Amino acid sequence: MEQIINKIDWSPLFISIKTGIVATILAFFLGIYLARLVMMTKDKVKWLLDGIFTLPLVLPPTVAGFLLLLLFSVRRPLGAYLYINFNIKIVQTWAGCVIAAFAIAFPLMYRNARGAFEQIDVNLIYAGRTLGLSEFKIFWKIILPSAKPGLLSGMVLTFARALGEYGATTMLAGNILGKTRTISVSIASEAAAGNYGKAGFWVIVIVILSFIIVVSINFLTGKGMKNSRRWSG
Amino acid sequence: MTLEVSIKKRLKGFSLETEFQANGEYMGILGASGSGKSMTLRCIAGIEKPSSGKIVLNGRTLFDSEEKINIAPRNRKVGYLFQNYALFPTMRVKDNIKIAIGKKNADKQKVIRNLIERLQLDGLEERYPCELSGGQQQRVALARILANEPDVILLDEPFSALDSYLKEVLQKEVLEILKDYHGEVLMVSHSRDELYRFCEKLTVLGHGQQLLTGATKQIFKNPVKYQVCKLTGCKNVSKIKKISSHTLYAEDWKIVLKTELEISERIQYVGIRAHDLVPWNGERERENVFPVNYFSSVYTPFEIEFIVKKAGEEQGEEIWWKISQQSFFQIYSEETLPEYMSMPKQFLMLLE
Repeated sequence: MEQIINKIDWSPLFISIKTGIVATILAFFLGIYLARLVMMTKDKVKWLLDGIFTLPLVLPPTVAGFLLLLLFSVRRPLGAYLYINFNIKIVQTWAGCVIAAFAIAFPLMYRNARGAFEQIDVNLIYAGRTLGLSEFKIFWKIILPSAKPGLLSGMVLTFARALGEYGATTMLAGNILGKTRTISVSIASEAAAGNYGKAGFWVIVIVILSFIIVVSINFLTGKGMKNSRRWSG
Repeated sequence: MTLEVSIKKRLKGFSLETEFQANGEYMGILGASGSGKSMTLRCIAGIEKPSSGKIVLNGRTLFDSEEKINIAPRNRKVGYLFQNYALFPTMRVKDNIKIAIGKKNADKQKVIRNLIERLQLDGLEERYPCELSGGQQQRVALARILANEPDVILLDEPFSALDSYLKEVLQKEVLEILKDYHGEVLMVSHSRDELYRFCEKLTVLGHGQQLLTGATKQIFKNPVKYQVCKLTGCKNVSKIKKISSHTLYAEDWKIVLKTELEISERIQYVGIRAHDLVPWNGERERENVFPVNYFSSVYTPFEIEFIVKKAGEEQGEEIWWKISQQSFFQIYSEETLPEYMSMPKQFLMLLE
């Protein structure tokens, strides 16, 4: 074991965590924003938008990866536009890791945010308005605190999913050690090369990380539930 | 202090149309569920937008469809007591009150302390809404509204979620609390008892249409219209045929009745409250006296309700007679029921 650890290149751990954090931040704000947007649209458009935003969750990640590859390939309009005008390359780069992880994990944030918002009693918002509060204050002081447990657990789930993303990442970002090789990608390629020791090491790392995540969800939601009476047992 | 409301709103299945004025007195809106009474309050508060009409509060136009005025709820100075109180669940009692205090009010702590004392919330300042009883929640909701110093307070079925004992205690409390409040109070309810106790003036809504507006006591005494009579809780109403200026035939009951008031051409029904029927032991050939057959009886804690029909008229409609147990058992028993009943002239309500 010691020999394995000594020979380990730690870069996949940092790439994974960095990717997870950036993808989660993107998904957190966009998820909240789009959840509100979908809630405010009319029924037919609502189901269409909801379908689009949830699709990455149900699609096989390789399919999502393939679609992203089509979108960002430098031989395609968007990819070419980004590369020529801004010198941004998504395919086979770390940015690709982030986009792949974001695309796959975003629906978790979006759905959790929507669920959390839709549980809020609309009378609370009306009460805020009749009491003379601004919409800004209502959002920050009433809506966000009430939705906090749901938003936080959505955020943690998003981070977990982004951290473990494999299918779309290999399609879009590839498997370049020190650049785009995340833990999940490492496990697959080490196992394929017969290096079960290294693969096993990364498996242990992922199991520990995942366990910490589950415990923190329980902690966050449990804490948020303290102020209301809910079904417990 | 005046509130003028004259609005129309299209709703599912019917259209709400209401017009009334309140001038500093407690005003009530009576109506069955789904009659549009809560919607009226929501329009005044600005939570819903009327299809057309006008709402003016103390000379300030809150809504005017012609002038295209529609003031945002937060600038209306309208306090709304929600049926479920809508306290902010993540805030402590004191913060629920604090957030409602206007910006101009410098000494927020003093306002909070005053309200806590006035509404008997001492010791509950640090609690969360879910740690309070229903009555306490209602008081916090009222404190929060008073902290905002609105020009009018709207009470939306304030007591309907409470059990009957608590209801009476709270009605008294709320009246006590609002005694020092000098704005308008408008209350909506389906309970005639609540409104009778609370409001000097009443508007009656039936399926979106405004049926009657006036002094509460007057409306209960003379409901004028069939629907109003039913909504004020009268169980006995019969269709009539006019015989002469002061005589009518109650078709549903099969009884000829003399009236005190002249029967105009518009009168189509006659009504009498169940407790206004009088058992009759005197001379039988008197006006408005008729023999009865008994069908069933219902006991409430202090009263008895009998369902009777005119004897020999089995096709006739049921007539309800209500009497306190005390007076009933002084004279009668279940074996010796009065054989004749009278509908005294002065209690007959002539209805359109």
